[in-house]
Amino acid sequence: MTAIGWAQIAIFCVIIIAITPVLGAYMTRVFGGERTFLSPILRPVEAAIYKLGGVDERHEQHAVTYTVGMLLFHVGGFLILYVLMRVQQWLPFNPAGQRAVAPDLSFNTAVSFVTNTNWQNYGGESTLSYLVQMLGLTHQNYLSAATGIVLAMALIRGFARHSVHTVGNFWVDITRCTLYILIPICVPYALFLVWQGMPQTLGAYVDATTLEGAKETIAVGPVASQVAIKMLGTNGGGFFNANAAHPFENPTALSNFVQMISIFALGAGLTNVFGRMVGNQKQGWAIFAAMGILFIAGVIVCYAAEAHGNDALNALGLSGGNMEGKEVRFGIVASSLFAVVTTAASCGAVNTMHDSLTAIGGMVPLINMQLGEIIIGGVGAGMYGMLLFVIIAIFVAGLMVGRTPEYVGKKIEAKEVKMAMLAILVLPLMYLGWTAVAMQVPSAVAAMGNPGPHGFTEVLYAYVSQTANNGSAFAGLSGNTMFYNLTGAIAMLVGRFWMIIPKMAIAGSLAAKKSIPPSAGTFPTTGGLFVGLLVGVIVIIGGLTFFPALALGPIVEQLAQNAGTLFASN
Amino acid sequence: MLREIRPAIVVLVALTLITGLVYPLVMTSIAQVAFPYQANGSMMEHDGKAVGSALIGQDFASDKYFHGRPSATTAPDPKDPTKAVPAPYNAANSGGSNLGPSNKALVDRVKNDLAKLQKDNPGTPVPIDLVTTSASGLDPDISPAAALFQVPRVAKARNLPEQRVRRLVEDNAEGRLFGLLGEPRVNVLKLNLALDRLNAS
Repeated sequence: MTAIGWAQIAIFCVIIIAITPVLGAYMTRVFGGERTFLSPILRPVEAAIYKLGGVDERHEQHAVTYTVGMLLFHVGGFLILYVLMRVQQWLPFNPAGQRAVAPDLSFNTAVSFVTNTNWQNYGGESTLSYLVQMLGLTHQNYLSAATGIVLAMALIRGFARHSVHTVGNFWVDITRCTLYILIPICVPYALFLVWQGMPQTLGAYVDATTLEGAKETIAVGPVASQVAIKMLGTNGGGFFNANAAHPFENPTALSNFVQMISIFALGAGLTNVFGRMVGNQKQGWAIFAAMGILFIAGVIVCYAAEAHGNDALNALGLSGGNMEGKEVRFGIVASSLFAVVTTAASCGAVNTMHDSLTAIGGMVPLINMQLGEIIIGGVGAGMYGMLLFVIIAIFVAGLMVGRTPEYVGKKIEAKEVKMAMLAILVLPLMYLGWTAVAMQVPSAVAAMGNPGPHGFTEVLYAYVSQTANNGSAFAGLSGNTMFYNLTGAIAMLVGRFWMIIPKMAIAGSLAAKKSIPPSAGTFPTTGGLFVGLLVGVIVIIGGLTFFPALALGPIVEQLAQNAGTLFASN
Repeated sequence: MLREIRPAIVVLVALTLITGLVYPLVMTSIAQVAFPYQANGSMMEHDGKAVGSALIGQDFASDKYFHGRPSATTAPDPKDPTKAVPAPYNAANSGGSNLGPSNKALVDRVKNDLAKLQKDNPGTPVPIDLVTTSASGLDPDISPAAALFQVPRVAKARNLPEQRVRRLVEDNAEGRLFGLLGEPRVNVLKLNLALDRLNAS
């Protein structure tokens, strides 16, 4: 660990804190239906969409209608993407002559992008045409991100409103989010990335003759436009197989730094939106603080483990930390920080190969995802995931003093707590259940890329990542098999929608409640006590649920390494 | 529910066209005008011929050139396309080794590479980036220490004084951005091009 390393981490944190209220203020305006500085250009487009779609923008929807709209929208998005992959060989913008994607891989990939997971069982440059990358993937990058944000808005409105039966209009929210928030940030952002060295072309892969006379083919494509929204929308699906480690997908230290900022930007901003909408920005900062504590803890552990390096290699006289699976331009600190950021948010882009992280360094991303990605989290998904934990924390606090818990003026009653528990419990069912099933299937075990406990961690990581809609991988696992494609798709669907539906039930139920003014008996939810309680509840729930599985994977691997044990494939 | 079908179709189609076609195509047009070099892959030329991208590492094997890091990229086996064979620095199929820290295969590979490198420059500690594969398999850079480590071999193969080659490495080393972001590094292709120019002059 170095002073310059810590300085990079500190600057990252300061920038995130600085942009949170700015983005929060802007997003609050957009979802409040107010005019913004972009309205002169965008309003005509927006109005035309409503007119064609027969959308009355003043008409708000009940939580159930809002959810139905969201689901219909997803079914359509899924079909577009699936069909595009199956027929890409007959469509234009395919200079590399990519053939139809296999049905199970198309299914897994379509589910993966629709659920904002972006798990990559495909290798972008060797599988997909430019048309699929643009019309299929770039478009889903936008829409799944926008969906996450608007669902968080529906829940936030549930807390902020009282005695009403509506939570907003899904069609208006999704259109405004895409037009006023995502596109205006992505346009300059994509150009910045091109300036840094990212290709943006529809031309064919480039041939060159190396200095030593060998022929090489270099994959290019419309990369920057996709990477901008991939990061901003915490999608994380790479244009290339190596994702953000590929020099074209992350050319410089600066592009890397800005990509990390953009992963957190909107998720952090939403905490501030929450504060503004419930009438006290401190409520948002309290949630932000709980996220920040968990984030910093993860960064410290991961950075320390990676800087210490692999003892088996250090014993050979090597030093300088664990550089296997890392790029020189990022080094130890920017790789460790990226690994924590991408899994704290549900981004899943990687600039280092997580499979080659040290046992403890690789456990941090795993834990981040197991907790449900509530540390900033996926755009929107992190905010509503965290609010579910807030409901549990408030409930625990209420039990301690024997009083009906309240949060931002709303009584938290049996229905909300049951729904929050339902959403939180489905995560371990998917993570641990599918891992256990895979361990019983010989072909699934044979797909492990590493022997010993590390192979088990690969499988656990795969289901955790897909259920939590992250998409990063311990990529040694050969995941492109019928078994992993199908079970992974189920994990992704359940992980996304089994969270969303109970959460929308909470949104509807909260919106209908009366608002009660704070009294002397109200537990203050803006101070250190609340933040500590929230962090404690998250760590205890996570610790109790996941420690046994972690003990079989990274923990036993580290202990074996301490004893000088290596594992060989047979 | 039926009332929601029309907006579902219209909003989906409209936003799909805007984000999936208009946005990437407009960005491509702007990028091709504003940053044509980067937008087309930062291709470098030598004697009028494309010799590769400044951002994509190449597989250098000759003693006359500085070598990049080991690369774990693969290509389909020409005999059996369902299998993969090693193809270092395959710029059409990026990827890492994905070897875990406790995997004997990782430690054996590193031992093997170490033994070879130590013969090149006995007595000097081997920088770790020369025996570890990068995440993309296409890392264009090595650390300045890894370049300096190779100076004796390259100087001997080219009949150049070591000091001259060392100065070339130092001239080609890039520091941290603003002295803060990223890590010091040397772009191997640029360094080798400079080396060829040095011999030519």
